[in-house]
Amino acid sequence: MKKKFNNSNFFASLCGNKIQRNPHPGPLPSDGRGRIVRRLMQNPATGFAGWSCGKMEPAAGCPLSHPMGEGQGEGFPRAKFFLTIFFIACVLNFSRAQTEIQISREGIFAQKPIPVALDGFTGEAAEVLKFDLYVQGFSFVTPDAAQYLIHGSDSGNVTGTVTDKLARKVILSRSYNGASLRRQAHAFADDIVLAIAGKPGIAQLRGTTARIAYKSQPSGIGPGEIYVADFDGFTPTNVTEDHSIVAKPAWVPGKMALYYTSYARGNPDIFYHSLTSGQRRVIANYSGLNTSAAVSPDGSKVAMVLDKTGSVNIWVCNADGSNLKHITSGDEDSSPTWSPNGDWICFATKHNARRQLAKVPAGGGEVQYLNTAGTPNPTEPDWSPDGKWIAFTCQFSHEFDICVLPADATSAPTVLVPGENPSWAPNSRTLVFNHRAAGYQQALSVLDVFTKQYKDCRRATGSDSQPAWAR
Amino acid sequence: MKMNKLIFPLMIALAATLATTGCRKGTPRTTPMPGEAQTEIATPGGNNTFPPGNIIDTGQIPGVTPGPIAQNQSWTLDDVTQDRAALADDTIHFAFDSAVIRDSEQSKLIIVSESLKSDPNAKLLIEGNCDERGTEEYNRALGERRALAAREVLAKLGVDPMRVRTISYGKDKPADSGHDEAAWSKNRRDDFVLCHPKTGA
Repeated sequence: MKKKFNNSNFFASLCGNKIQRNPHPGPLPSDGRGRIVRRLMQNPATGFAGWSCGKMEPAAGCPLSHPMGEGQGEGFPRAKFFLTIFFIACVLNFSRAQTEIQISREGIFAQKPIPVALDGFTGEAAEVLKFDLYVQGFSFVTPDAAQYLIHGSDSGNVTGTVTDKLARKVILSRSYNGASLRRQAHAFADDIVLAIAGKPGIAQLRGTTARIAYKSQPSGIGPGEIYVADFDGFTPTNVTEDHSIVAKPAWVPGKMALYYTSYARGNPDIFYHSLTSGQRRVIANYSGLNTSAAVSPDGSKVAMVLDKTGSVNIWVCNADGSNLKHITSGDEDSSPTWSPNGDWICFATKHNARRQLAKVPAGGGEVQYLNTAGTPNPTEPDWSPDGKWIAFTCQFSHEFDICVLPADATSAPTVLVPGENPSWAPNSRTLVFNHRAAGYQQALSVLDVFTKQYKDCRRATGSDSQPAWAR
Repeated sequence: MKMNKLIFPLMIALAATLATTGCRKGTPRTTPMPGEAQTEIATPGGNNTFPPGNIIDTGQIPGVTPGPIAQNQSWTLDDVTQDRAALADDTIHFAFDSAVIRDSEQSKLIIVSESLKSDPNAKLLIEGNCDERGTEEYNRALGERRALAAREVLAKLGVDPMRVRTISYGKDKPADSGHDEAAWSKNRRDDFVLCHPKTGA
C-alpha cells in the first residue's frame, strides 16, 4: 500500500495545493471531484487504504491548516478534523494514481471531453468561451448531460458561475471589468479551466491574452510577413513590412522579442526583432542558408540551421550571434528545438538511410536517435515545456500528420490529426499548428492533444503557417 | 458501526469543504482586467500595434570563424548584378525528395562551368527549389542541399567554389503553380544566375 503513495503529488495534495503537479496526463476529464468522492463511498477497500495512509507520518512539514484558512478548533476536534482532511487527500490521490496506471498510451490520447453546459452568454463572449474551452478538452452538451454548468452574462461585463452538478456546489463565481469583453471572456475561460481541471488555462500569459507568432502569405507562396496575434488568431498585427519571403518565427521565452528568417536582404538571414523597441539585428547572414532559429529556454543561446561548411547542419550561437558553434554533422539535419532544461537539442536528420528524430547535447556531443517507428519522415520537432513530450510532423505519402512522442522514447509516437508545424502552449497539453485549407492554403488551428479536439484560428491573410506559441 | 465510523468524519470533511470553498452566494469576486497591459508591447496609446522594424543593423557579427570547407563569405548579393537570362536554359531537375544530381543533368552543369571559365570576373548564384510536398523548413534545407550538390559538381569541373553562392527558396518559388506531378517535376530544380560585379565595386 505504501508504495502506491510514493509520489511527489501525495504531499502536494496534502498541502491543499490546488494546482496539480501530477504528470501527464493531467486530471482525466472524467475524473471530476464528484466522481472520485462517489467511488470512495462505494468502495470500502479504498476507504481502508485511506485510513492506513492517515496513520503514516504526516511529515514534510505540511501546513495542514492552510487549505482551511484560519483554524478555529482546538485539541481533539481539531486533530480529528485534520485527520479527515488527510484521509480525503489520500483517497483522492490514490484514485488518481490508480486511474493513471490503468491508462495505456493510446488511452492518453483518446480521452473523452469534459461535458459542460454553457448558458447566458451571447455574441463575442460566447464565441470566446466556446473556442477556449473546446480546445482545452471540453464539450458542450445540454444541462442534463453536463458534468458542470457554466452560467453567466456578458451584458456590460462578463460575469459567471461554474456549478459542479455531482457535488452540487458552485466551484467558481466571478465577474470581470476593464479591458474588453473579449479579454474578460478569455480570463473567465482560464478561471473555468483552473476550477474544473485544476490546471492553468491557455488563454492568458503574463497579464494579457496569450500570443502566437507566425508567417502569413497572401498567396500561399512567396513573399509574406511575420505576424503576431492572440492565440485564437484575433488582433493579427504584422511585425515585418519587408515584402519578402519570411520563415519560422521563434519567441524569446518571457520576452516580447522574436527571431525569424527573412529574405529581406536577398539571402535567407536570421533576424532578432524586439517588439517593444522595433530594434532589428541580423544575427546570422552566412553565405547559404540561415534558418530555423530556436531560442534556448533561458534566452541566452540560439540554435539554427546553417551550411557555411558546405553541409546543412545544426549550429548554436549566443543570443547576439557571437560564439558560433557547429553542433551536428549529419547529411540532412533540420529543425532544432531545445529541451526545457537547455541540455539537449532535438532535431530531424537521416540515419541509416531513414529519416529520424535525434537529440544531441546542446554543447555538442554524441547524437542519440529517437524511436519514431510507425511515423515516417519525422520533421519539425517541438519539445514540450514540461519536458515530457516531443510533438512533430510525420509524412505518410503526401499528407502530413501531427504526432506526439514521449521525450524519454519509452513508447512509440502517436499520430494525432492532419497538420504540420506543431508548437506547444505553456501547459504542455495544447498545440498550435497549421493544416491545409481550401485552395492549397494553410490555416492555423489550436489542438488539445488528449482529446484531439481542434478548432481553426482566424486567418490573417491568405495562408498562415509556422506558428510559435509565446511562452 | 464500522460504517458509521467511516462516514462520520467524511461528513465533517464535506461540510468543512463546503463551508470554506463552496456555495458562495451574493456578489461574486471581481477580477479587474489590466487594460493597460496591451500597451506594454505596443507604442504608447496604440492598441496592439507594433513599432515598425528599424533599419537593419548590418554591423559585423562577432566571432565568425570560417569552417574547413567554408562557403564563400567574401561577396554578397549586394556586390553583384544578376543576369537570370544567361543560364536560364540550364536549370537542372531532381527526383522527389532527392539532392542527387542525375547523369542526365551533367551536360547542363558543363555548360554552366564553361560560361564561368570564359568570364573570370563572373560569379554564380545557385538557387535550390523544391516541390510542395515536404514540410517548410525541411524543404528549405532540401533546396539548399540541391544547390550545394550542384556547387560540388561545378568544383569538380574546375570552378572555384568561392565564386559560387547558394540560396534555397524551399517551396516558396515554384516554377509551375500546379499541384500535380507535371508541376512538381518542374519545381524540383536548381536555377543558375550569372552574377557580374557592380561597376566601381
